[in-house]
Amino acid sequence: MFGPFDFGVILRNLPYLLKVGMTFTLTLTALAIVLGVFFGTLLAMMRLSSIKALSLLATGYINLMRSVPLVLVIFWFYFLVPYIGAWIIGASRPVQVGAFLSSVITFSMFEAAYYAEIMRAGIQSVARGQVWAGYALGLNYWQTMARVVLPQAFRNMLPILLTQTIIMFQDTSLVYVLSITDFLGAASKVAERDGRFVEMYVFAALVYFVICVAGSYLVKRLQRRIAIVR
Amino acid sequence: MSYHWNWKIFWALTPEGTGTYLHTLLVGLMWTLATALSAWILALVIGSVLGVIRTTPRKWAARLANGYVELFRNIPLLVQMFLWYFVFPEFLPKAMGDAIKQMPPPWASFVPAVLCLGTFTAARVAEQVRAGIQALPRGQQMAGTALGLTLPQTYRFVLLPVAFRIILPPLTSEFLNIIKNSSVALTIGVVELTAAARAMQEFGFQVFEAFTAATIIYVVVNVGVVFAMRWLEKRVAVPGFIGPAVQGGGH
Repeated sequence: MFGPFDFGVILRNLPYLLKVGMTFTLTLTALAIVLGVFFGTLLAMMRLSSIKALSLLATGYINLMRSVPLVLVIFWFYFLVPYIGAWIIGASRPVQVGAFLSSVITFSMFEAAYYAEIMRAGIQSVARGQVWAGYALGLNYWQTMARVVLPQAFRNMLPILLTQTIIMFQDTSLVYVLSITDFLGAASKVAERDGRFVEMYVFAALVYFVICVAGSYLVKRLQRRIAIVR
Repeated sequence: MSYHWNWKIFWALTPEGTGTYLHTLLVGLMWTLATALSAWILALVIGSVLGVIRTTPRKWAARLANGYVELFRNIPLLVQMFLWYFVFPEFLPKAMGDAIKQMPPPWASFVPAVLCLGTFTAARVAEQVRAGIQALPRGQQMAGTALGLTLPQTYRFVLLPVAFRIILPPLTSEFLNIIKNSSVALTIGVVELTAAARAMQEFGFQVFEAFTAATIIYVVVNVGVVFAMRWLEKRVAVPGFIGPAVQGGGH
């Protein structure tokens, strides 16, 4: 044992943990939600598309992402993104993109596969008659989707989307494998510097726990409030 | 693009000279499977017990089991990994803690990894087992009681045999999850498949070959598990008793 539990080390490093670490974690989570839901919805629409090629492509992507560990995906994108960047701008050497951009892209693309499955269920939960009604009114595919189907799909799936988001918030801690200073990364850096593993990791666990429990509670309340009486 | 593919890298020798890179990956796969399987056994045992407890009339026990599930579901797996590896030995009696820390190389990280993945997945298994039992008609338990079975007997002979059949699909996805999650063990030094691919990338300088190979292996393992479980589902299916699948979230 390193001696008695030292609250001081937590207090002293609190500004660093929150300002540097938690800010990174929350920014990453927020960006990954927005981009992940956006690409996830597109993937779900592709998967449900009547164009076979689109549907196969989306299904393949979703299944591939869902059968590979997130840690491996993080490594994949970390090394792949510089080459993709070079390919896009036509550079002859890989472009440096930095750990932050790399992890935003990773989480958006990885979570998109999970959000896609949720959104697919959401789209399928909207009665088919609604789509026909949209077409009958003269709306095209995109209008029907944007004005009729997706708003209802989002509403039906909101609790599940948020639950997935809480899981993703926990998963962002895995950027640790790229030595990024997210909340856990910051805690782990302090732990290693001061030799205070017990304090820092117990504190990190506590913070994640409180945030996730509060999040789940809010989701449950929301679920009750928005439940549609049919 | 300036990447030079070199698929022959798998047959090149590693710097340690212990074998080819392909061999490194296969040893990694073995550790992935060893970690996942040992943890799965632990998860099934703890998870089943907790799941059953959550459906019994003992209020305080159910509350305790609920607490376990809440605790293990709301802390990131990686943090739990660190807690088992760095913190847990500190709370044991000194001799025991030191004994754990001084285990020879693979075991000092393998044992905490298995404990971590096992207890983490147990919370998810408990959730499925509870859902499976609650999916059964209430009359089943009453029928058990009416036949003169005790509560444990009712569970053993009436409820659980059907509940476990119902939850086979979600258990399959939990099993797939535990295989994927075992990659998190690389952070505490278990050289499983992802870590092996990473080592190959570091020493062989062929990033994408290494990761492609690891990806393919994960996909093949996934497909294998799915087929095996489908076969098992068909084998143990009771005609007319195919219940609704209870899908679990997460990854």
